[in-house]
This record gives sequence, structure tokens and C-alpha cells, in this order.
Amino acid sequence: MDVEILSRIQFAFTVSFHYIYPPLSIGIGLMLVISEGLFLKTKDQRYEVLTRFWVKIFALTFGIGVATGIVMEFEFGTNWATYSRYVGDIFGSALAAEGIFAFALESSFLGILLFGWNKVSPRVHFMSTVGVFFGSMFSAIWIVVANSWQQTPAGYKIVGEGMEARAEITDFWEMVFNPSSVERILHVWVGAFLAGAFLFISVHAYYLVRERHQDISKLGIKLGLIAATFFSFVQLFLGHMSADGVAENQPAKLAAFEGHYYTDHSADLYLFGWVDQESKEVYGVKVPGGLAFLTQFNFDGKVEGLDAFPEDEIPTQINAVFQFYHLMVGIGMMLIGLSVVGSFYWFRGTLFKQKWLLWVFVFAVILPQLANQFGWFAAEMGRQPWVVYGLLRTSDALSKAVQADQVLFSLVMFTFIYTLLFILFIYLLNKKIKHGPSDTHLMDHRPHQQGINDFFSE
Amino acid sequence: METFLGLDYPTLWFLVVGALFSGYGILDGFDLGAGAMHLFIKEDRNRRIALNAVGPVWDGNEVWLVIGGGTLFAGFPVFYATLFSAMYIPFMLFIMFIILRAISIEFRSKEEMKWWRTMWDVSYSISSGMIAFLLGVVLGNVLKGFPLDENYEAINPHLTMFLNPFSILVGLTTLALMMMHGAIYLTLKTEGKLFDKVVKMLEKCMIGFIVMFGVLSVFTLIFQPHLAERFKDHPSLFFLPLTAILAIANIPRLARKKKYMQAFIFSSLTFSLLLILVAVQLYPNLLIASNDPNNSITIYNAAASQKGLGLMLTIAAIGTPLVLAYTFIVYKVFWGRVKLDEHSY
Repeated sequence: MDVEILSRIQFAFTVSFHYIYPPLSIGIGLMLVISEGLFLKTKDQRYEVLTRFWVKIFALTFGIGVATGIVMEFEFGTNWATYSRYVGDIFGSALAAEGIFAFALESSFLGILLFGWNKVSPRVHFMSTVGVFFGSMFSAIWIVVANSWQQTPAGYKIVGEGMEARAEITDFWEMVFNPSSVERILHVWVGAFLAGAFLFISVHAYYLVRERHQDISKLGIKLGLIAATFFSFVQLFLGHMSADGVAENQPAKLAAFEGHYYTDHSADLYLFGWVDQESKEVYGVKVPGGLAFLTQFNFDGKVEGLDAFPEDEIPTQINAVFQFYHLMVGIGMMLIGLSVVGSFYWFRGTLFKQKWLLWVFVFAVILPQLANQFGWFAAEMGRQPWVVYGLLRTSDALSKAVQADQVLFSLVMFTFIYTLLFILFIYLLNKKIKHGPSDTHLMDHRPHQQGINDFFSE
Repeated sequence: METFLGLDYPTLWFLVVGALFSGYGILDGFDLGAGAMHLFIKEDRNRRIALNAVGPVWDGNEVWLVIGGGTLFAGFPVFYATLFSAMYIPFMLFIMFIILRAISIEFRSKEEMKWWRTMWDVSYSISSGMIAFLLGVVLGNVLKGFPLDENYEAINPHLTMFLNPFSILVGLTTLALMMMHGAIYLTLKTEGKLFDKVVKMLEKCMIGFIVMFGVLSVFTLIFQPHLAERFKDHPSLFFLPLTAILAIANIPRLARKKKYMQAFIFSSLTFSLLLILVAVQLYPNLLIASNDPNNSITIYNAAASQKGLGLMLTIAAIGTPLVLAYTFIVYKVFWGRVKLDEHSY
């Protein structure tokens, strides 16, 4: 295999693995802010037990998220040197802003969140939780801004030619608010909230079917259900906004999403299907004209097909893009369904008697994870063959100085170490969940450390 | 070219990146150093104390690496691309040890079994040491330079190019400096018998570092004389290496007087002074092409656009006080000697 395919596999593998964790951190972060906030407001000790328990799970996901995140920053330089030179001016400022405004905030206050229970007052601890949560949200902003610039470049000019060509920034805010960033940031945030909410629901549903920690878990599952119901509907709206953006800014990607080959054919919307790339046909269940309707409110509207673009400017893996996109949408619908069913039984007052539903919730934790992954697969594969849409090809973005055997070495290394990491993660997560929230810490034995409180009240 | 306070933007950004890496060296330096000496601390309880001395802060310290890397990428994308792709293997190993270390800290105390804890102790210690060593190796290669073509790409960087005597020496010196720094940090964080033990280890670490520093200096003067040219041309700059040597000499003096906080300040100062030496020697180069000086990467041909640098300087100006404030708060909360509680590693 050549350097290009190896480097792409490596980047895809390392970034997908990484992306298991940040959405969990953001999502659990939200749930922590809610439950610790409720504790401060109501002084109900059950919220404190809930918070302390989830902080432990949070620590696990956060730590792995940090460690696997540095990998990507380095890979830009090691594997994608030409790309780094090309986008350094733009991508660099986003990464620098991420480090300074987001990462420093979350990682610093993480120390207090995890280890500061006995060192600071409850109020200061809550502020640290909020700080960590905001930090992780800001982090997402800058990373998605950088990625969105690759999808819809703005606020730049190209300087130099050939190997010397670079994108130079001309307008920071135009770069930050490029045509796709706002809708994609919101879409990513809510995807993360759903990942957190469903983990929350899953763990507490597990306790309920096992008849352990019932008091806490009834509370936890309700908090999770409120978040899941609200955000799964919000995500439907945001997903639609994102797709509209793709239709406007990356028509070739939209055509790939639906396997829409011919501009003059009816623009159909598939519920599911299979793209035959040889015959350029799609087999499946469709809403005729649905794609045209969703983008233009007109079933007879024309949508640019893949034939409107040069052969070497569209993705080669149309079927894969199609499948990932549809899986993401399908799972999104399932999340809405599950949340609604859960809320329905809650209002009937029989939620905790529905063992079957609780079991479904235990395993439903995997769904938002898959949707997040598939969504990114569709977004990134749909952008091919470009690494920066319309400007720089993925095949031109490689490091010239790196050989295939080096990438093979690192790929084997990552496979080994990530397998180990994943096994340990699941093992410890399982152990923490089995151990459960411990009720022995109910008593508040925090010495209200004078120094730090004075510091904050001054 | 636009300037601020009489300095052009690439120079300013060069100073920013230098300051960040100096901050990174000082902060992650002590937790990497403490990690590297972990295996020399015996008994589970003592190891837990040593681990928890860095527990609440190592993550925040590592952020400086992310920020340092980010600013290097942002400010000098050409340098970033060339260095990272030419040093592919050391950087990949570096990443591997960063991950291993994070796992080790997180997982070590999660199980009681002896083999489990020993396994993670070993991997924590080795990965901490290797991170310090590899940082030095990369720095050594930057100082030494390697062949570059006219597009500033490395020419045939073969698998083992990064391993050369000079870079290995710089790597070992970095490791020794961080171990000494970490030992001083542990004296501030421990008490009782463990404290006495750490004091003994500190003595060995100080000797180790001073020996390595001496060997490296002599080796440099003999085999890498280009690294001393700037100082020969400008004798007035000699006060810099002199200050560094005085700062280093001051560490054992303070340690003997049991003024460990001051010793920590001076070992921190050592990081900054040594990096200032590196900066003075390199400026305005970032990477010297050993085949043809015209192909050298400088802060001017590697820099992002004027607009981009100006923007990022604004970001840094707004962000730095915030970062310092967070760091200050966290260190204030965890000030003092380690007491294990139910939240400890």
C-alpha cells in the first residue's frame, strides 16, 4: 500500500477512536452541570451522590480524550506536511485559539473538579464544573471551525503557485463564521449532549433492572430522559439545517449523500437503499422528489446530480457515503423514538415497571456513538477527493518526506495501543458502573478552605 | 513589515513560542521528572504519594505542549511541517509514550493486585523518562540541522536519522534536568521518611545533571562548533551561558541549605536560560540546512502571513492572562504536601 492510503487509514482510525471520548466528555459535562447545579439549589443530597459518581466516569473519558487528541495535532505535521503548510495560516490560528481559550480552561479546572472536593467550597467546585464544561464546548467550537473551513473555505486568499501555494487569512471573523461553521458546531454539540444523555440513561437503567441504587437512578434516568427528548428533537432541526448548508455549499457531497447521479432525474429522498456504483442506480425505499422538497420546498425541483461535476472532483465511494449518511439519519430518528417512548411511560407513571424498555435503554448507549461516527464519516468521505474543498486534493496534502514503511510502523503501533486502551477503558468503565455511586460520602466533610474562598469573593 | 515594540511579527512570535516551550519545560518537566524516578521509590503508599503529587496538575501541564505545538504550527507552518515529517519516528514514539503515560496514571491505583500496580508503575516511569528523552532528541536534531532541499523539505530522512550521538546526548541531558527538577518538586510535596529518601535521590539527580551538562558542553564545543559561533562573534553575549552556569551551580547550594522552594525556582530558571541560549544561537534560523545554508528554514521564510501573526498575537495577548490565572488558581488550591484521600489515584 502507498503512503496516501496508509496515512488516510491512520488518520481516520486515530480520529475516530479519539471521537469516542470528547462527545462523552461534553455530554457528561452537561449532565454534571445540571445535577450539581440542582444539588446547590435544592440541597438534595441525592444530586450530590449522582454528581460524585458521574465525575468519576467523566475523569475516565476525559483523560483518554486528552491523550488521544494530541495525536491529531501531531499527525498534521508528521503525515500531512503539505497540508500543514497550506492551511497553517488559517488552521493554526484556530488551533492556537482552541489551546488558549478552551483547552487551558478545561484542563486546569479538571484538577479541582476531580480532586478538589475536600479543598474548596461547594460553590467553587460547581464553578470548576462549569469551567470544565465550557472549556470542552469551546474546544469543539474551534475544532469544528477549522474543519468547517476545510468544507467551506472563507476569509482567505491563495498566495503562490504549485508546491508553494498557501492559503493566507484575510479576515478572521469571515474565517470563523465561514458558511458552514455555525450549523456544524450546533450539530456537533447536540450530538455530544445526546451521547452523554444516553450514557446517563443507560447506566441508570442498568441499576434499575438490577434493582440497585434505585433512588439515585430514578432521578438520573429522569434527568437523562429530559435531556435526550429535548435534544433529539433539536437535532432533527439542526441536522436539517446542516443538510441545507451542504446542498448550498457542497452540492457534490449532497448528491453523494443520496446517490443522486443525474441532474435531470427526479431528486429522490431514500429512507434506506443501496448504490450500485457500476450502473449508477440506487435501489431502496424512497420518497420521490423528497430531496428536492427538503432543499427547495418543491417536489419537482432540480437538484444538481453527480454528473454535473468532473469525474475527478466527486467522491469515489458513493455507496459508503450514502450508507453512513443514512445510518446517521436513521439512528437520529431512533433516538427520537426511544426518548418519546421513555417520556410517555414516565408520564403514565409506569416507566420503572417497563423492564423491556429499560433493557433497551441499557444498550441504546451505543446509538448516539454510532451516529456521531457515521455522521463524520459521511461528512469527511463526502468531501473527497478534496482535503480543502475545491482547493487542495487529499493526494497532494501528504508529507513528501515520509515513506510507507514509517506509516505502516505507526499504524501498527496505534492499532496495538488503542486496542489495549479500549479494552482497559471498557473494563474500568464496567468496574466503576458495577461499583456504583457510593453512599458513604453523603456527609459533607469539606473544610471550607478560607484562602480559596476569600480569593473568589474578593 | 509590521512591527510592535520595535520587533517584527515573526520575531515576536518566535519569542512567544520560546516562552511557551520554556513554560512547558518547567511545568511538565517536573511531572515527567518525578515520573522518571518513580521506580526508585519503593513501597506502594510512597508511590501513591509521588503519583498524587503530580495527579491534579499533570493534565494542565500537558496543555502547554498542546498550546506550544499549536503556536508553532500557527506561527511557523513551514517549520512545523518539515520538522514533524522528518522526525516521523521520534514523534510517533513520543505520542505512544504520552498515551501510555496517561493510561498508567489513570489505571495504576484502580486495582489492588500487586502485578497490576507494578506493571503500571513500570510503564508510567519508562514512558515519563522516554518523553523527556525524546523531547531532547528532537531538540538536538533541530540544533544540529539536517539536509533540506529548496522547498525546505528534508532530503531522504531515513528511519534512524534522528539517532545521532549529539541528539542522544541532548536527550539524556534533558532527561537528567527534568529528573532533578522533579526531585526538587517531590521534596516540596512529601514528608517524613519519604521526604528523606527524596532528598537522597535529589543529590544523585543533581550530580547526574551536572555531569551530563558538562559532557554535552564539551561535546558541543568539539563536534558542533557552529553552535558556539554566535557567542564568539558577540562576546558580550557570554553573560548568558555564564548566568546559566551560575543558576545551575546555585541549585545544589540551595538544596544543601534545605531551601527547596528557591531551588525549584532556580531549576525552573535553568530551563528558561538554556532555552534562551538555544534561541540566541538559532535566531533567525529555525532549522539549519546542513547541505546548503540557503535552504535553511528561518523565522521569515517559515512564518505565517503578517495578518495571521498579528491576529494570533492578539489571541495570545487576550489568552495568556487567562491561562496564567487558571494555573495560579489550581496551584493555590493544591498547595502543600500530599494527603491521600478517597479521590486520590
